[in-house]
This record gives sequence, C-alpha cells and structure tokens, in this order.
Amino acid sequence: MGGGPRRRPVRRGGGRGAPLPLLLPALIGLAFLIVPLIALLVRTPWRSLPEQLTSVEVWQALQLSLICATAATGVSLVIGVPLAWLLARVEFPGRGLVRALVTLPLVLPPVVGGVALLMALGRGGIVGQWLDDWFGITLPFTTAGVIVAEAFVAMPFLVISVEGTLRAADPRYEEAATTLGASRFTAFRRVTLPLIAPGIAAGAVLAWARALGEFGATITFAGNFPGRTQTMPLAVYLALQSDPEAAIALSLVLLAVSITVLAGLRDRWMTAG
Amino acid sequence: MPCTARRTRRTLRGAATGAAALLALSACSPSATDSSDSSASSDSSAEISGTVTVFAAASLKESFTTLGKQFEEEHPGTKVTFSFGGSDSLASSITGGAPADVFASASPRTMAIVTDAGDASGTPATFVRNQLEIATPPGNPDRVSSLEDLTEPGLKVVLCDEEVPCGAAARKALEASDLKLTPVSYEQDVKAALTKVELKEADAAVVYKTDVKAAADKVEGVDFPESSEAINDYPIVELKEAPNAEAAKAFIELVRSAEGQKVLTEAGFLKP
Repeated sequence: MGGGPRRRPVRRGGGRGAPLPLLLPALIGLAFLIVPLIALLVRTPWRSLPEQLTSVEVWQALQLSLICATAATGVSLVIGVPLAWLLARVEFPGRGLVRALVTLPLVLPPVVGGVALLMALGRGGIVGQWLDDWFGITLPFTTAGVIVAEAFVAMPFLVISVEGTLRAADPRYEEAATTLGASRFTAFRRVTLPLIAPGIAAGAVLAWARALGEFGATITFAGNFPGRTQTMPLAVYLALQSDPEAAIALSLVLLAVSITVLAGLRDRWMTAG
Repeated sequence: MPCTARRTRRTLRGAATGAAALLALSACSPSATDSSDSSASSDSSAEISGTVTVFAAASLKESFTTLGKQFEEEHPGTKVTFSFGGSDSLASSITGGAPADVFASASPRTMAIVTDAGDASGTPATFVRNQLEIATPPGNPDRVSSLEDLTEPGLKVVLCDEEVPCGAAARKALEASDLKLTPVSYEQDVKAALTKVELKEADAAVVYKTDVKAAADKVEGVDFPESSEAINDYPIVELKEAPNAEAAKAFIELVRSAEGQKVLTEAGFLKP
C-alpha cells in the first residue's frame, strides 16, 4: 500500500490510484465541508419557502445586503488598488509591517473589527467625534456604517489579490512606458491596470462575497434596523432565535448567491492563476 | 461539546482533583480562567462536585456571577460556568442540545421555548422580577424625563430586538402608553443596548433597572411610570439533560434562598 507510488516517478494518467492514507482524510475533509451545506438543503422548509422568501423583510435585507456589499467593493477598489500598488511597487521602510497591518482584518475576529471601528468612527470615536462636530456625520446605525464595516473586513482580500498579481506582472512594461515619456500615473492607468485586470476582478469578487457574508463588524458597528442596517446575515441570526425555518430559508438564499459568485469566479479567473 | 460534562466530572471525582481536571475544564468550558482552590474535600457537600453550567439572561450577569462565586465557596471542588446572552438565543441553544444544567430566562415566553421542547426537568419557578428603566449618558444631556421624550425626532434611541424579553417588554410599555417609537437599532440583547449608551453612540436605551444599576456611573437611569405595565418575571429551571443534576438543584436552591434573594434585590431586582 505504501511503497508503490515512490518507485514510479512517471505520473499515471488521470490521477488514479491515490494512496488510501491520503484519499481517506481527503474524503472526510470533503464531507466535513459539504455535509453541513447538504443539511441546510435537507432541512429547508420547501413548502413554506416561497412564502418565507417573498416577505418584505427578506427582500429588504437581501436588497440591502447586495447594495452594501457592492458599495463596499467599490470603496475597496478605489482605495485598495492604489494601496496594493504601493505595497508592490514602492520601496519604503517598514513595508513588511504595513503589509501585515493591511491584512490584519483577514484574521481579526470581525466583532473586534466592529469595536475598533466604533472607537475610531463612532460618535465618540477619535475620528468620529470630529466628523460629528464638523459635518454632522455619524456612521453608526446608518447604511453608510454597514458599508464601512463591510469594507473594513473585505478590502484586505482585494489588496492581497491585487498585490499578488502586481508582483507577478513584469514591471518592465511600466518602465518602458515611462521611458517613452508617459508619467508614472499614465503608465499605471494605461499599462499596469489592463495588465492586472484579471487579478483586480478576482479580488473584487472575493471582497464582494466576503462583504456579503459580513456579520460581526456590522452588528457591532452599525446595529440592527430593518431596511437600514439589517443585512441578510443579521436577519438570519435574529430569525434563528424565534423562527428557525425562516433562518434556514434565508441561509439558503445567501448560500445560493455565494455559490453562484464563487463558481463563476473559479472558472473565469482563478484557475489560470 | 459533550466533552465538558462527563469527562471532567469523572476526572474531578478521581483521586487527584488537581491540574489535570483544571486543564480539562479550561479546555472545554468557555471561561474557566480562574483556577479556584483545587484541594477539595469538604464534608458537608460531598455529593456535589464538578462543573455546573448555567445559561442565564444577559441581565443576570452581575448578580449570577456573584452567586456563582458564593456557590463555589460553599461547595468546594465545584465550578460554575455561565453563558450569558439574549434569553431567546440561549433557549434555542438549549433546545439545540447545548450541554447546560440550569436555564434562567428573562421571560416566561422564552422559558416556554425550553419547556415546550421537553427540555426542562420540573416546572420553572419565578425567582425575581425586573422593571424597565431608560438609560441615558451621565448627566442626561438630552433631558429625557419620560417615555414620551424618547419619541422626539433626532434622538438616537436603541431598543432590544422584540425577540428578546427586554424588547418585548419595551414594546408592551410603549403600546400601553400609545407611543410610536422608531429606534436607530434593535440590539440583540439588553447589554448590547446599554453598551451603545455607555459608548455615547446612542442618546438613550430602554433597558432593565438592574442593568442601569450594574453600569454604575457610566449611565444614568430615568424611571417611567409605564414600566409597571411591563414587569418581567424571571423563571429558572433545571434542565432534563443536565450533565450535573445535583449541582443544578443546589444552584437553583441558592438562587431562591434568602441569601440569593439578597444578592438579587441588591442588584435592583424585585421579589417575585
């Protein structure tokens, strides 16, 4: 069972004959990830589903989720792509540290992110109190607050993806453009951007999907109000407390949206890598 | 999940009630940080040992924490672990099979979720009652003096979600006084609502008297007469699947004893 494959360096076609010690845990791993999703389908109240999904609250929450995730992705693109460029193309002291900080929200519990956002941008926060005093802008309990919370959590996905693509892209094209008289910004716009477009697209989709599923930072920073800050994950959480069937139905919608997005992403951009 | 109960109990009963047990404990239970005196063996309470897991409404946090410490002192070798949260989510965790010994909820309605599912052992007993109060930042900058003041436009008010007892009670009080109030947020439990006022993100919240008291000088309480329309009964019950039934009984006994009632009324709860 064990020694066979070692003696045969030439790979056999079709990847057949995976050794059992690998195949078994791999299948368990697959089941571990897929069975919960199947369980969701099994327990879905198909009969009352149309009714569940056509309620006003569900549409409100879904609509808000889609709008906010898209806006958060937009925000991430506008400030995240330049940030990725900076990290990939400009040498500056402490770049490693900055890169680590940028990716911190990837591993930070989202609730912690929400608390941090409150401390920074809340009405009494270190930046938020000036926003409130000078412009009368308060972010908590607003849709803008949801977008901020989602962007905080989702942007690192975009930055990482774009930075990776930038590092893989040959900088000599940009250099050639600048030696031919283009300014560095023009070179970025006309040469770099088209070059890394697939990476940006992949990062944007990832960020969008992450923003769509955001829960912790949103409920902590933006609160929960139907139609204004109650996104789908919040609706699922609160529905679970009184009406598990509704929670399952809502979860199903989010699952469907996420699968659609990721399936599309996989084929178009990710496999080429 | 099931590792908490049985394994640790057996380990604790074993000869060395020392490091191993505490290790196992802290590995499984959510908040087993303080390693209380492990040299066990008291004569009076030889029956009770191990961990007792109490699921309790968020509003009980301070008083139950105190009672938990008392319990551990009275029954050396025991450890009380708590899960505090919105009564509704606690109830659904219990019906979902969470390994808890005792459930103390902030309303009969949320208790009914557990009893209807057949997860309670015996009949729940009301052990305290609680009244609503308005919480404002210290000094009451917006001069809130009544429930009606909260309906003023521009005032940022947070309520508990209506699924949670404090939210249901607030709605009852508002309905009783014929007021329409649009909050900026429906928070998932009473502590979350209070926190928004403590952080000054909200101008006012409708919470329990006990929460205002527990927050000490971080918030100011404003009484309102309509709160008498929505007094919440707090029921407590031993759970059927309790991994540690004897300890559960003893803990409920302590809560209902004169000693326990004293702690609770000091926190601002009303006698049942």
